[in-house]
Amino acid sequence: DIGSEKGNLAQVRHVVLVLSGKGGVGKSTLTTELALALRHAGKKVGILDVDLCGPSIPRMLCVGRQDVHQCDAGWVPVYTDAQKSLALMSIGFLLENPDDAVVWRGPKKTALIGQFVSDVAWGELDFLLVDTPPGTSDEHLAVVENLRKHKVDGAILVTTPQAVSTGDVRREITFCKKTGLRILGIVENMSGFVCPHCSECSNIFSKGGGEELAKLSGSPFLGCIPLDPQLSTSVEEGKDFIQAFPESATFSAISHIAQAVLANIAAA
Amino acid sequence: MADVPSDAPEHCPGTSSVEAGKTSACQGCPNQRICASGAARTPDPAIEEIKQKMASVKHKILVLSGKGGVGKSTFSAQLVYGLASDTSTEVALLDVDICGPSIPKMMGLEGEQVHQSGSGWSPVYVEDNLAVMSIGFLLSSPDDAVIWRGPKKNGMIKQFLRDVDWGELDYLIVDTPPGTSDEHLSVVQYLSGAGVDGAIIITTPQELSLQDVRKEIGFCRKVKLPIIGVVENMSGFVCPKCKNTSQIFPPTTGGAEKMCSDMQLPLLGQVPLDPRIGKSCDEGRSFLSLEAESPAAAAFSSIIQKIRQYCKDGVEDGSPD
Repeated sequence: DIGSEKGNLAQVRHVVLVLSGKGGVGKSTLTTELALALRHAGKKVGILDVDLCGPSIPRMLCVGRQDVHQCDAGWVPVYTDAQKSLALMSIGFLLENPDDAVVWRGPKKTALIGQFVSDVAWGELDFLLVDTPPGTSDEHLAVVENLRKHKVDGAILVTTPQAVSTGDVRREITFCKKTGLRILGIVENMSGFVCPHCSECSNIFSKGGGEELAKLSGSPFLGCIPLDPQLSTSVEEGKDFIQAFPESATFSAISHIAQAVLANIAAA
Repeated sequence: MADVPSDAPEHCPGTSSVEAGKTSACQGCPNQRICASGAARTPDPAIEEIKQKMASVKHKILVLSGKGGVGKSTFSAQLVYGLASDTSTEVALLDVDICGPSIPKMMGLEGEQVHQSGSGWSPVYVEDNLAVMSIGFLLSSPDDAVIWRGPKKNGMIKQFLRDVDWGELDYLIVDTPPGTSDEHLSVVQYLSGAGVDGAIIITTPQELSLQDVRKEIGFCRKVKLPIIGVVENMSGFVCPKCKNTSQIFPPTTGGAEKMCSDMQLPLLGQVPLDPRIGKSCDEGRSFLSLEAESPAAAAFSSIIQKIRQYCKDGVEDGSPD
């Protein structure tokens, strides 16, 4: 019935999708860092990881092998802390062996994502961030269709500066327009590398593509995040980068983006 | 029967799926009874057709990774540029990344269109001995999104393998999207008659990549796809100013070297980060040719040589797949 369909998301104030047409641009990293930034700002946050073939979120938040329990309302999400300020659901928790491949065709992926959206007992959340795999296929359609009954604030699109990346993200923008998803803004990740030895900045993955894409598509540009081995190591090891490196340029970039997202949501 | 018949409902699982005829979407479909009886799941005749078509292709190689953004397409492009540098070698690159087709741009073929002839679809030629096929050539605008579910993607891949007029080839390289899903299952299934020499697995040094790549290796083993070896991309960055090396994507768990040792796979090589690689790809030019003296080009060339040798050894063994 409609009441319980909306039930598990009824107390979720904001839903934000993190998308990219392109793989490996930092969707999961950004989702994790945004979640941590929002939590540090006192918000209750959930992350729904719908990358079924390559679920990265459990490792990034250091919650590797966890059992998922059932309650009356459905599945209990996995909490990263005793205060339950950050909740997660990922197929990573449902695999017996973390190295097991999920070799599923579209319809099976669609079915599980439907369950992830309706059957996780999120409880009260300020933000639910949905991390997605690259592309415009089954997973993305499943998420959008299953979230139709609930208000989705919009999507953040992640790109790296190069044309090969923005070329794919343009198609993701079309996906958003076709499915009626509001674009909260574009983030340019891996935006330059400052050598820790001599401070020379190298544009390893080119420069400026994210901002150009934002202009081209009429979307807000949320900001750039530089390449930072400390960020890479933090997500590798499931450490809270926000807590560990508050003085860094990367932290400042992430905070700026989090503020911009909050402002865009509030302005809607 | 077509994998997704034209009269099928929107969420058709595909006629060759084990769920064919049995999902809620199947209710009311005119083909439901046939699908539920299993009759639609007889081996797809396309497999035999593709076997015939591939008889003129000496070596077929898949480029895979569980992880996105590690440089599969970049590597595939350098591989075909490298193989085709010998003008007597006929090479083709098939891009089965349906949602994110990068190959046209990387090969300098953006805006090109595919032509049909009596013998099928003509691929687009970079050089006389280097042909490319991608869904990118079927899209009319760079903003066009291919918003397709699995069964429709599978149909496209079948057409690419069956209907493209490749001619006589020494190498067909197949670039794939990240993951272990429809595209990967379909490529393996449709080439099961023709046989694949092997797969090249691409990773970066971080555990976040390796954890997905191990799944891809598991997939290869499950479908009995031989693995030629592993390439570790983005393996360190040498600052052009001070020449110090930084590990931007640190190998916190030992990188590809340890993974290969643990899983008993050859490490074909490690390619460092070099801004000129991305730049060449954006410009649709061969990094191998432009920056032949660079350490990254040397790494690519060494890997390509090992792949040539693998294929040659396979032929000499009499076991192409």
